[in-house]
Formats: sequence, C-alpha cells, structure tokens
Amino acid sequence: MSAGQLKAAITPARWLDESGRLVRGTSAPDAEALLVGYRRLVFARRLNEQCGALVRQGRLAVYPSSRGQEACQVACASVLADGDWLFPTYRDTAAIAARGVDPVEVLTLLRGDWHCGYDPVRHKVAPQATPLATQLPHAVGVGHAARLKGEDTVVMALCGDGATSEGDFHEACNFAAVFRSPVVFFVQNNKYAISVPLARQSVAPSLAVKAIGYGMPGVRVDGNDLPALEKVLGEAVARARAGEGPTLVEADTYRIESHTNADDASRYRTDDEVADWLPRDPLLRVRTYLTAVGALDDEREREITAAAEAMAAAVRTGVGAESTADPEELFAHLYATPTPQLAGQRAALRAELDFEEA
Amino acid sequence: MTTPKMTMAQAINTALRDAIAEDDSVVVFGEDVAQLGGVFRVTDGLHRDFGENRVFDTPLAESGIVGMAVGMAMNGMRPVVEMQFDAFAYPAFEQIVSHVAKMGNRTRGKVRLPIVIRIPYAGGIGGVEHHCDSSEAYYAHTPGLTVVAPATNADAYGLLRAAIASPDPVIFLEPKKHYFSKEEVDVSAAVPPIGRAVVRRPGKDATLIAYGPSVPVALAAAAQAATEGRDLGVVDLRSIVPFDDETVCAEVRRTGRAVVVAEAPGFASVASEIAARVGEQCFHHLEAPVRRVTGFDVPYPPPKLEHHFLPGVDRVLDAVDTLQWEDAA
Repeated sequence: MSAGQLKAAITPARWLDESGRLVRGTSAPDAEALLVGYRRLVFARRLNEQCGALVRQGRLAVYPSSRGQEACQVACASVLADGDWLFPTYRDTAAIAARGVDPVEVLTLLRGDWHCGYDPVRHKVAPQATPLATQLPHAVGVGHAARLKGEDTVVMALCGDGATSEGDFHEACNFAAVFRSPVVFFVQNNKYAISVPLARQSVAPSLAVKAIGYGMPGVRVDGNDLPALEKVLGEAVARARAGEGPTLVEADTYRIESHTNADDASRYRTDDEVADWLPRDPLLRVRTYLTAVGALDDEREREITAAAEAMAAAVRTGVGAESTADPEELFAHLYATPTPQLAGQRAALRAELDFEEA
Repeated sequence: MTTPKMTMAQAINTALRDAIAEDDSVVVFGEDVAQLGGVFRVTDGLHRDFGENRVFDTPLAESGIVGMAVGMAMNGMRPVVEMQFDAFAYPAFEQIVSHVAKMGNRTRGKVRLPIVIRIPYAGGIGGVEHHCDSSEAYYAHTPGLTVVAPATNADAYGLLRAAIASPDPVIFLEPKKHYFSKEEVDVSAAVPPIGRAVVRRPGKDATLIAYGPSVPVALAAAAQAATEGRDLGVVDLRSIVPFDDETVCAEVRRTGRAVVVAEAPGFASVASEIAARVGEQCFHHLEAPVRRVTGFDVPYPPPKLEHHFLPGVDRVLDAVDTLQWEDAA
C-alpha cells in the first residue's frame, strides 16, 4: 500500500446523526436491515441491564457493561459470515451474544463456574480476553492459517482505547500488515481505561491514524451510529476477504457506566460529561429514524421488547440455576493425558470430598 | 549398516524436516529461521526445500511470534516456533503463561494448542549477557506446559518428534552448548515418550540426577568417580514436565544417596523441586540429605567468569563426598 493511499482519518464517518436524521449527502439505509439491527440493539441493551441487575443480586461476580456501545457490539458481529472469527474482550459479552452464542454460556466466566463457557471452535468466537491486547496476535494467527489453507476467513479483533497502548496491539497490527492477514482491528474508543482518560493513552490525532505507521488503512467512525458502523466494518471485512489485508477501525463511542460495578466513575469524571453523551444514544437515533420512515410502529416495538424480555428471563433462569462447577474438573483439561502428579492431586481432592460427604 | 553421526543442530533440523514432510499442518517460523537458517543454522535448508508457506521469517517480536502461533494452532496448524535465545523469549512470557499454557484449561479442552516453542538455552558458549539463561523454572512452574530438555543428539531428534506430535504445548529447551557436538543418531529408532526419564549409567553408591546440558557433566563426574572406586549412577530426566518420579525414586531408593545437578540458579529452582520430591518420597531409603549442585544465585556471568558459575565435575564430586559416607562403614 503506497503512502498516498493511506489517509489520516480524524473526522468520524456518520450516517445517522444524533437526532436520528440522515447525514447530508448519504442515501437512505435499507429499512428492513436496519430494523434487524435495531432488534439486536434492543437485545444488547437489555442484556447489559440484565447483567447489571444480576451483579447487584450477587448472581454474577462482576460485569463490565457495554452500555452506550451497543451499536459497536451489534455491528462487529453482524458483518461477519458464519466461517469468520470474532476475538472479543471482557466488555464484549453483548457482541458474542449478537454472534449467536447463548448469553448464559458466555456468562459462565462472570458467574464463576469456569473460564470460557462456550465452544470457541463451534461458534468461531475466541475466549473473552482479559489481559489487554493479548488476543490480537491470536487473531492474526487464525487469519494467517486461513490464508495458508486457502480459506477466505476474516477475523474481527476487538479491543479498547487503553489496549492500543499495549505492546501486543503494536505487534499484532504490524504482523497483520506484513503478512496481509485478513484481520479487522476494531477499537472501541470509549474514552476510558478504567479511570485513565484517552489523553493519557495517546496524543495522536486519532487512534485510527496509528494504522498509517503499519501501512494499513485506518478509518474513524461514529461508534453510536449503527448503519455507519455496519458500512465501515463491512467494507473492512470485504477488503480482508478479497486478500487486501487488514484495516484498523476506530469507533468514537463512550462508556456510559463505570468500568465495572466495582468501579466508581465519579472519582474521575463529571456527571455533566456523561450527560453530554446520553443524547447520542445508539438505540435512540435508530428508533427515531425507523419511526420517522414508518418502519417501526408501536406493535413492532412491543414485539421486540417482548422478545428481549424473554431473552432476559432465560438469562435470569440460566444464571440463577444451581452451579454445575465440579471440583475434579480442575485437573481435567491441562494435558490431553493427565500427568501422574495431577492424577495424584485429583485423587487427593476426591478423597477430601468423599470424607466431607461421608 | 552403520548409524550416521550428526550434530545436535543437524538432529533437530532432521526432526523438523521429517515432521514438515509428514504432516501438512506443521509450520516453522521465527526470527532469521528462513533464509539464514537460524543463527545456529538449526533450520538450515528448510525454507529452500519446503517454501514460504511452511517455513518463514517473522517481524522481530517474540510476543507476536508466540501469539501468532496460538492463533494458527486454533485454526488447525502445528506451529513450531523458535525463540532466538533463552533471554529473548521473555517478551513472549505473557503469551506463554496466559494463553499457551491455559487455553486448553480455559476452554474445557475445546481448544488444544499443539505448539512447540524451541528455545536454545543455558550457557557454556562464552556468550555476552542475555544469551545464556537457564529459564526452565519459569516454564516448569506454569501448569499446562510440557517442558522437555534433551541431553543427547538422539533424544533431540526423538523428543522433538514427540513434542511436535503432542496435542499439548511444549517448551523445548535445546542445550546450545551441544549444538555442534557429534553423536550417532538413529532416526528410525522408536520415538521416546515424553515424561519418561532414562538411566544413562547404572550405579550402586549414589545417583546423580540431571537434565539437558548437565547430563554430560554428571556422566563425566561418574566416570571420574569410578576411577576413585565410587560407583555413581546417572538419571537423565529428558522432560522436566511431566516429571518421572518413578524412575528417579527407584534409582535413589536403590543407592540411598542423591545429588541433583543443574546450571540454573538454585533458589526456587527445578533442582530444588527434585530435591524436595526425592526427600518426600524416598526418606526412609536415604542415607544422607539430597544435595543440589547448581549455578549461584546471580545473573549469568560474563564470558570470562562463566566457568566459575557452571557446575562442573569437581563441584559434583565434592557434593558426593559430603553424602555421609562415614555412616556406611
């Protein structure tokens, strides 16, 4: 890619503005497709709310909410084909659910029963990464293996603004560009890494411009604008699938809630700042637009709300069910054949359990 | 038919070559491994013979190399990656500990990572700083990793074949001091199982326990002791994880005395673990406390001082002399 083809994207791409109107010069999005997206947004929002409630009830150990980022969560999943891979972080529960994984399986981690509760190979969704940016080189590896095998798989690799400071972010972007790996790096810039604001992560004019240093395109998009996100991410996916290599996409969004329930955002940001972002809500503008064009009426809204409530009820039931955690499973998966030492430790724990039960 | 002699570098090269030829999913990558054939020439000729899709150079970034191996293994490949030197593997430590070691466990066995991470390790080559670390304890301490340390050229071939065939991730520690020593290697011999130690020399008076570059030291010490009327056995662990308690303890119970020999600093080391295990399992057979002969608890020394650091024959025999022989009379 020549230097002339690389553009420093600073102004984010937009389709729907904050009041739900088409941005001047854009064509109308497909209303039926957007309605599908709206339904997913409602589900993602309801999942965030439900998980927050489950934390307060002590059913989940912790929940890093993506409230305010639901458009990013939905878009990154909806642009992928079945054979593509998603590499999520701990804040991307709603994206994994949007990919079609049962939220109860996803919440295994936060419920504390095991680490990864879903089958990554079956769903083509990597385990949620907690150590920041460490999953990004894995995404490059999945993409490179696909290329070697002649498959047109695309890998969507998620991270936040804080993760762009990590060494693995740099190494992954560089490897992907050098090997022309079919990876889309999707940075949800929600302005905070726990308490540390974006200004302390980077003084670059945007995070998207970092792409230039790796020789790949960087695109900045309004992260609360679902049709714009689906367009930008869809183009990056198509580019990767066509063998043209990786793209870095930065979504301009905002973390409405604290880092997790264990965090207190009032220590590092003002209520006014949060209030400024509330009108930019990703659901609101799609709802306003769809209502204005007549694609969403009260009946449809009620149907979507009822379906989201049914999902939330299933999550409550699943998360509230008796724990199935088996102490002996601690030893089950480390090696294909357990070492003699692990077999011995498993037997010792079994004996302790038998003694307690007797 | 005579068995050919080859260097350890050639034995490892042959193992890589045979594995690539036999299994389409085996890929070899790292820094300088393609065109150059590796700084120790271990991968010499593989890129020429198998092409860019099977053997390739990467950008200079160890975390990226290991992280990429994780992803390739998730997508059906068997990556064999090279860390250029022991201390250059540390940037990959997070990938190794948090992902390579844990993926099978995190995913309840749904994602297994058949990755081999080859690391030229330990000293004795007059290398300047950061080129001679014995880093095995970091890996051995990490549940989920298999840690293999061959001592002979035949084992370098056979154990690497076993490591590449393993469904689990393997840290493969190559004693770089012996890369260019020649020994007979029968590549048609049965591949040794990972996790079984081997008695290199039977002995009835005391047992020397060693792995990797310390095995030749132990064998030399045993040979010298024999000239002085003391019959020392030598156990070569071959793999640190899984650890072969059975073979080690059978030998120690027979002799009643044991000395562990290893280059790494001794504090909180593999040598310490071995001494503790032998103490716990063989107490009533022991005539003396288990001794450890290890490197000092200092960073690996500059070339002109390394001979003071490395456990040698004299230190091993001095330790053997302290095994309370007077009680045996």
